[in-house]
Amino acid sequence: MQADKIKVAILGSGNIGADLMYKLLRQPGPMELALVAGIDPASEGLARARQLGIATSANGIEAILADPDIRIVFDATSAKAHVRHAKLLRESGRIAIDLTPAARGPYVVPPVNLGDHLRAANVNLITCGGQATIPLVYAVSRVTPVRYAEMVSTVASRSAGPGTRQNIDEFTFTTARGLEAIGGAREAKAIIILNPANPPILMRNTIYVIPEGDFDVAAVQESVAQMVADVQHYVPGYRLKNLPVIERRATPWGERPVVIMLLEVEGAGDFLPPYAGNLDIMTAAARRVGELFAAHLLANVEVTA
Amino acid sequence: MKAPRLTDTTLRDGSHPMRHQFTREQVASIVQALDRAGVPVIEVSHGDGLAGSSLQYGFSHTSEFDLIETARSHAERAKIAALMLPGIGTRQELKEAVARGIQVVRIATQCTEADVSEQHFGLAKELGLETVGFLMMAHMRPPEALAEQAKLMESYGADCVYIVDSAGAMLPRDAAARVRALKEAISVQVGFHAHNNLGLGIGNTLAALEAGADQIDGCLRGLGAGAGNAATELLAAVLDRLGLNPGLDVFGLMDAAEYIVAPIMPFQPFPDRDAITIGYAGVYSTFLLHAKRAGAQYGVDPREILVELGRRQAVAGQEDWIIDVALDLSRRHSAGERKESRA
Repeated sequence: MQADKIKVAILGSGNIGADLMYKLLRQPGPMELALVAGIDPASEGLARARQLGIATSANGIEAILADPDIRIVFDATSAKAHVRHAKLLRESGRIAIDLTPAARGPYVVPPVNLGDHLRAANVNLITCGGQATIPLVYAVSRVTPVRYAEMVSTVASRSAGPGTRQNIDEFTFTTARGLEAIGGAREAKAIIILNPANPPILMRNTIYVIPEGDFDVAAVQESVAQMVADVQHYVPGYRLKNLPVIERRATPWGERPVVIMLLEVEGAGDFLPPYAGNLDIMTAAARRVGELFAAHLLANVEVTA
Repeated sequence: MKAPRLTDTTLRDGSHPMRHQFTREQVASIVQALDRAGVPVIEVSHGDGLAGSSLQYGFSHTSEFDLIETARSHAERAKIAALMLPGIGTRQELKEAVARGIQVVRIATQCTEADVSEQHFGLAKELGLETVGFLMMAHMRPPEALAEQAKLMESYGADCVYIVDSAGAMLPRDAAARVRALKEAISVQVGFHAHNNLGLGIGNTLAALEAGADQIDGCLRGLGAGAGNAATELLAAVLDRLGLNPGLDVFGLMDAAEYIVAPIMPFQPFPDRDAITIGYAGVYSTFLLHAKRAGAQYGVDPREILVELGRRQAVAGQEDWIIDVALDLSRRHSAGERKESRA
C-alpha cells in the first residue's frame, strides 16, 4: 500500500456504485480504490471494474471485512442492506459513507457540516435533493435566520430507479429534515416531481426561503454565490440559472419577501448520463466526503507517528 | 350507457381558483347542499392534494384536515374523499385524513409514473379505504401506454382508475379512446375527469360515458382550475335528459351552484384567452393563476409563458418552472429590445 493513500472500497455494483467507481479513478485524491463488491457476479458494474483492473467480489461485504487495509467503505446498496452493513463495518473499525436512506449516522453535506463529523464512524448523505438544496438554504441561514424553507426537485423519470419510486415518502421526510437540521430552517418542506420528457431534463431544483425578519439582500446573494462556488469544486455541473430573485408572497406569517433560487445540476457523465444530475451529486458528494476522511486519517497518522 | 357515479370536487379542484382560502363555513354549506342533492362522493382537500399547502402551490387558509372534519360532520349519505399526490403528500397525511373522516382516497400521479403510488395504495387498502387512481395529464400519452399504467394501479389495489384530462386538452375522440383502452385493460371501474379549457368539459364527459366510463367528476358552477371542470349542475341536467340520472336532484344542484357557490367565487372560471391557451398548449390547468402572476411580475404575456411550458413538456405540479420560464422570456425580450435599439 502506498503510504500516502487510504484504501477504500465500494459496496454495491449498481448504477450508483459504478458511477462512483469512475469518479474515484478519475480523481482519487488521497484514496486508493482497492475493491468493488457486489452480490451479482454478472452485474455490469463488476464487469467494468474487472476490465479496469480493480479487485472485485460478488460475495457482498465479506471481501471487505477480510481485508483489514480497507479503511473507508462507500455503501451504495439499499437502506435495508445498510442497516446490517453499518453494524459489521462499525465492529471492524471501518468508516462507512452511506449513500442509502438508512441514516445510521449523522447527515453530512460536504461544504456545510462535514468538518463536524470527521470522527464519526458512519455518515449519511441524506438524499440527492438534500445534497442539492441544503447548501443554498444554509447559505441564507448563515446570513439571516430562516423561518421556512421549501424545495421542489424535478428529476428525469429515467433517472429515478425503483428504490426512489417505492420510497418516495422517505425522500420528502428525509430531505425536509435535512433542510431543518443542516440547512438551518426552523421549518421545511420538500416536494419531488418526476418528469418523463424526452429528451430527459437535467435535474432541476427550486428553493424558496422565507427569512425570519428584514434581511440584507446583497449579503444573501453574496453568501449564495460563495456557496455555489464551493459546491462546484466537487460538482462542476451545479449552477444557478439566475441570481436569487425576491418575490412578495402570501404566507402563514403574513405577506413576506421570499428568496427564490433556481438550481440546475448537470451530471459529469462519468458512467450515468449527464441529465442524471440527481445521481451525480450523490456520487460526487460521496467522493468528496471520502477524500476529506482520507486526508483526516493521513493527517492523524502523521501526528501520532 | 349506464348512470355513472358522480364525485363532486368543488372543494378540491375549486381550491385553485379560491387560492386555497376555503373556510369551514363554506365547506359546511356546500357539503350540506351536495349531500341533500344526492351526490355520492365529495372530495375535500388542498387543490394539489394532501400537504399541498406550500409556497409552490399556495398556502391554505384553513388546514385541510379541519375542512375534512367539517365535511364529514355535515354529510349524512355522501362519502368524503381526499386527493393525494405522491411526492407532495405522504402516508402520514393520509393517516391523518382517515382519522378526520375520509372514506375514499384518490391517488394521483403523472400518467407515466403510476409506480410511485404503490405504497400509498397499500396503506389505503390496509386502512379500509375505497381507492381511486388518477392518471394525470393523460392527453400526453396514447391509450395503450395509459392502459399499462392503469394495470399497475389496479395491481396495487385501485378500485377505479381515472383518465384525468388535467390540461383540458382532449377532444371527445381522445377522451373516448383512452377510456375504452382502460375498460379493455382492467377489470376495476374506469373514471373520467374533465377540464373545460377548450369548452369541452361536458362534451368530453359524455364521450367518456359513451366509451363506458363508470365514474365522472364535476364541480358546482365549474369551480376548478383553468377554465374549470364540467359543472356538476349541468352534468345532472344533461344526465337526466339522457335518462341516466343516478339519483341527483337537478334543481337542488342548480340552486347550490347559483346561491351558495357563485356568491363566494373570486371569478367565474371560463375559457378566456389564457385558459384556452392551457388546453391548446396542453399544460396543467392550475398553471393559470401562477402564470398570470408571474407575467405581471416579470412583464411577460402569460400566454407566452404557457406556450413555452408546453414546449418544455412541463408536467403536473411544476408550478416552479413558471418563474424560470418568465425570467427566460423576460431576458430574451430585453435582449431583443437592445438589438432593436442598436439597429
